[in-house]
Amino acid sequence: MTSLAHLATADGAATAATGVTAYAWLLVALPLLGAAVLLFGGRATDKWGPLFATAMSWAAFVVGFVVWLAMLGRDGEDRAAHLHLFNWVPAGSFNLDAGMLVDQLSVTFVLLVTFVGSLIHVYSIGYMEHDPDKRRFFAYLNLFVAAMLLLVLADSYLLLYVGWEGVGLASYLLIGFWNHNPAYATAANKAFVVNRVGDFGLSVGIMIMFAAFGTVTFAGVQQAAEGGAGEGVLTAIGLMLLLGACGKSAQFPLQSWLGDAMAGPTPVSALIHAATMVTAGVYLVVRSSFVFDHAPNAQLAVVIVGAITLIFGAIVGCAKDDIKKALAASTMSQIGYMMLAAGLGPVGYAFAIFHLLTHGFFKAGMFLGAGSVMHGMNDQVDMRRFGGLSGAMKITWITFGLGWLAILGVPPFSGFWSKDKIIEAAFIGEGWRPWVFGGAALIGAGITAFYMSRLFFMTFHGTKRWQTDGDDAVHPHESPRTMTIPMMVLAVGSGLLGLVLSLGGTFTHWLEPVVGGHEEGEHPVLPVWLLMTLTLLLVAGGVLLAWMRYWRDEVPQVQPTGSLATRAARRDLYQDDVNEGVFMRPGLHLTRALVFADTRGVDGGVGGLAALVGGTSSRLRRLQNGFARSYALTMLAGVVVILGAMWVIQ
Amino acid sequence: MPAMTVLSAPALATAFKPADVDYSAIAPMLIVIAGALIGVLVEAFAPRRHRHVIQVSLALVSLVAAFVVLVTVSADEAHRGGTLAQAVIIDGPALFLQGAILLMAALGVLTMAEKFGGQGADAFTPMGAAVPGSPHEAAALRAGLATSEVFPLTLFSVVGMLLFPAAGDLLTMFVALEVLSLPLYLLCGLARRRRLLSQEASLKYFLLGAFSSAFFLFGAALLYGYAGSLYLADIATAVRAANGALEGLLLPGVVLVLVGLLFKVGAVPFHSWTPDVYQGAPTPVTGFMAACTKVAAFGAILRVVYVGVEANRWDWRGGVIAVAALTMVVGAVLSVTQTDVKRLLAYSSIAHAGFILVAVLAFDRTGVSGTMFYLVAYGFTTIAGFAVVSLVRQGGSEASHLSQWAGLGRNHPVVAGVFAFLLLAFAGIPLTSGFAAKYAAFAPAISFGGRSGVALVIIGVLCSVITAFVYVRLIVLMYFTEPPAGEVVVAETASPFTTVAITIGTLVTLVLGILPAQVLDLAERSSQFLVK
Repeated sequence: MTSLAHLATADGAATAATGVTAYAWLLVALPLLGAAVLLFGGRATDKWGPLFATAMSWAAFVVGFVVWLAMLGRDGEDRAAHLHLFNWVPAGSFNLDAGMLVDQLSVTFVLLVTFVGSLIHVYSIGYMEHDPDKRRFFAYLNLFVAAMLLLVLADSYLLLYVGWEGVGLASYLLIGFWNHNPAYATAANKAFVVNRVGDFGLSVGIMIMFAAFGTVTFAGVQQAAEGGAGEGVLTAIGLMLLLGACGKSAQFPLQSWLGDAMAGPTPVSALIHAATMVTAGVYLVVRSSFVFDHAPNAQLAVVIVGAITLIFGAIVGCAKDDIKKALAASTMSQIGYMMLAAGLGPVGYAFAIFHLLTHGFFKAGMFLGAGSVMHGMNDQVDMRRFGGLSGAMKITWITFGLGWLAILGVPPFSGFWSKDKIIEAAFIGEGWRPWVFGGAALIGAGITAFYMSRLFFMTFHGTKRWQTDGDDAVHPHESPRTMTIPMMVLAVGSGLLGLVLSLGGTFTHWLEPVVGGHEEGEHPVLPVWLLMTLTLLLVAGGVLLAWMRYWRDEVPQVQPTGSLATRAARRDLYQDDVNEGVFMRPGLHLTRALVFADTRGVDGGVGGLAALVGGTSSRLRRLQNGFARSYALTMLAGVVVILGAMWVIQ
Repeated sequence: MPAMTVLSAPALATAFKPADVDYSAIAPMLIVIAGALIGVLVEAFAPRRHRHVIQVSLALVSLVAAFVVLVTVSADEAHRGGTLAQAVIIDGPALFLQGAILLMAALGVLTMAEKFGGQGADAFTPMGAAVPGSPHEAAALRAGLATSEVFPLTLFSVVGMLLFPAAGDLLTMFVALEVLSLPLYLLCGLARRRRLLSQEASLKYFLLGAFSSAFFLFGAALLYGYAGSLYLADIATAVRAANGALEGLLLPGVVLVLVGLLFKVGAVPFHSWTPDVYQGAPTPVTGFMAACTKVAAFGAILRVVYVGVEANRWDWRGGVIAVAALTMVVGAVLSVTQTDVKRLLAYSSIAHAGFILVAVLAFDRTGVSGTMFYLVAYGFTTIAGFAVVSLVRQGGSEASHLSQWAGLGRNHPVVAGVFAFLLLAFAGIPLTSGFAAKYAAFAPAISFGGRSGVALVIIGVLCSVITAFVYVRLIVLMYFTEPPAGEVVVAETASPFTTVAITIGTLVTLVLGILPAQVLDLAERSSQFLVK
């Protein structure tokens, strides 16, 4: 049934957009307008700017919602629509139109991005209330929403790349939003540089497509991929796309920037670095299913990357005391799950997107919860200084708790429906693969339960490790309504979304025309009931362990030295040291050597040449003596020489 | 009966057939002539205090009107082809180059109109006829005289330039050459400051120009002897027929005609006048001359070699290849040791003439379009560049010595920034028109120029490196060198005239660098010469 996994545009099956769908460009235009007004309007928009930006974001959601309703009104096969925007790159034989592909996959993303994005706009009104630069903040948020929507709606890799760079830019600007703090500015630079490596991969991938197929549209590449393109080419493209995905989605080995990216304001972490942008890599892989389906080796690489990252992130998450960094590690790990699912092929695509959706809700909710905690605790992020906050911040506690249950995969909360499916799918296959990848997914679930419970208990339960008087006195209090309402909405999503969408396989059927269906007759190597039981047992074990260590026992306020493994995990398993040793230091030496060669060799040569030219110049200059008679003589001599030479040659 | 017919008066009358004149096709030229003539009348009758305004507006209106008419006429294919008994040929290249000349001349007039708050145009002496430093001159200055006749002079020159690339026969071409040159000789001698230098430049230009005209005329005579006609079309036919007897006249004729034309573009070894004249002439005139004369003269070269003597190009090509190579090398190498901004730009213009010749030598339609695109790109950049030079002053006169430009970027970031950008365009850095132009000029040479074309492009690229060094050194000077102590170099606040000229020149430089496709496309569509 792999053949079902076709992109609707392949043979022109995507019908031209009509009706409301023809207005899908508003999705990008509205938030872009918001960003432009706020950025160019300057201080004049300070007062109403944030509200305007929020309105633009909601307006985009309304458009997205209407487009979705219109899509529901059509039959499954006719749902994908293509919206031609304008002729973009007319370059001789290469002609590229800018267009939007409005199909089930992109609309899913549109709804996620605009809905969560709009909630976070609302939340930010409260969170950023006292920031003097909040206008700029909202402008960037709008810019991000526009770029992200462009990314998911693009009908070609090149247009996707524009959105891809756009979200990268917005992410950079927002991580470094408080750039007066040098550490934050460095974090922004780090994110930028690491992403550059990934973006380079994506751009090389696009170049290979252009070189090999002469087209960069999804439809064109799909046609070429299914029309018997060489597996080598497809593998190369797949690996390059994977590199791009790794950069954007903080997957191994380009994961190091995500933890530092938590320097940005918390709503940013929720929106960009948890719910939407970092999942763009998964989107890219799923959107490129036609490439990966025909390049098994690239597909295997995706699974391996996903498996490594999910374990990696989970281990790092166990040791972090900074609440946001622990959540970031968890994001990394969860995206690892999605990657793993996306790498499994048609079996996993739908579950990857499904998990992406539920994760978008519960992780954004938890980040907003973390922001709410920080708001009430004077921007403290060290969980060792929290504890027992459940009484002081009831709403935050409950909403965060729902997110916690969801990520643990406790039935019937959202995560259970999506993550368990991924674990099941990982156990499908032959040979060693199901055991290794399934095992990783299973163990990951257990570790997830441990570190998330650790985070939850350290923050909301156990003994209070803060004072209401003294030097570092804090008075934890519930956040204002603008912040709590978005948290509550997201909590509802964390609670119910999975259940609603998986009733009767609604969501997988919905995506089926785009990503293909589950193959009948493929069963996990272990029975499903056993897998479910095992998962739940591991989760329960994780929670129990966390309960013993972080609720029942006293949590030291100062970080204990910890075992070797703990210290390694605290340092992100030495990923920065590896980067520094493997890339930065040799790079530095290489530059030094090049500078040396440049000064000695190149500059010497250039200097010699310059001296030669200069000398010739001074000598020739004497011919220019200012006398009209010698000028005339030069002309005459020139004519005579030319005529003479020609006469001789003839 | 036959005898009667011969003697009868009506028969004589039919023997004289008046030439058909397509007035629409030559309307742009007529408009500019009319503007110039009215300008002369204005000079005679209008009160002195109004003359500047009237002359400037008149010049601008006639140039713009001529351009508008040109665009309108060019839309209609019916007006293409020879007119005035084939003396004037209106075809794609002629229209393109005429349009370019009109636009650039308008910018040139804008820069000439700059007053800096004075009574007359700032660049020009109040009384050209007065001996420098004489009481006459002082009296003229006190009386507030101004040489507003520069504007009609410019218009006359423009008429010659418009005719030059459209000339269908060598005699018309010669007339056009003189019409464009004579007013320029005068204009060069009218600088307000350093008048002796200016007059010397004028005289040199005149003497050498006359010398080169003689070459042209002699060459034309030889070609007439060879072909029995001065029409380029007939010469082409004769060259193709190659009927032996007078073959010896052809090659010297071609070479001498080309010498006369190459003199105008400042190709080596006929370039010696360029630095002296560029330095001595009033700066706005230098800009106008560098841009517009080059366009017109290259237009004429294109017409002569592509329409007239293309068939035996293998015989004379070698000489022009040598000239092109020499021009690039000498222009680039000599620009290294220049200490005066205007002389530096003069040598740079010589080098650019060499680059353009590379495109001319491609002998393909793309060579024509590359040449034309290069001329447009270079012309706008160079007018803006000289306009900036005219702004930078010390003690009231232009600070043209390079040492005076040190540290300009600190006190006048905008002026220095614009100049730096224009220099980058001269150097051919991407995202400026210079890059697109070099590409457009060199690509046809590689594709169609054979081995010599490739060799010329290699020389051209190496010379670009040398000139880039010169430009970048100037940028470094402006930005990273301490300004000389005690010397106050200022960038004068320009009036809207100069500001508009610089802005347009810079914008065109930028736009042609980023989106060259439209103009390149236009140049390609207009690259087909018509024979008659």
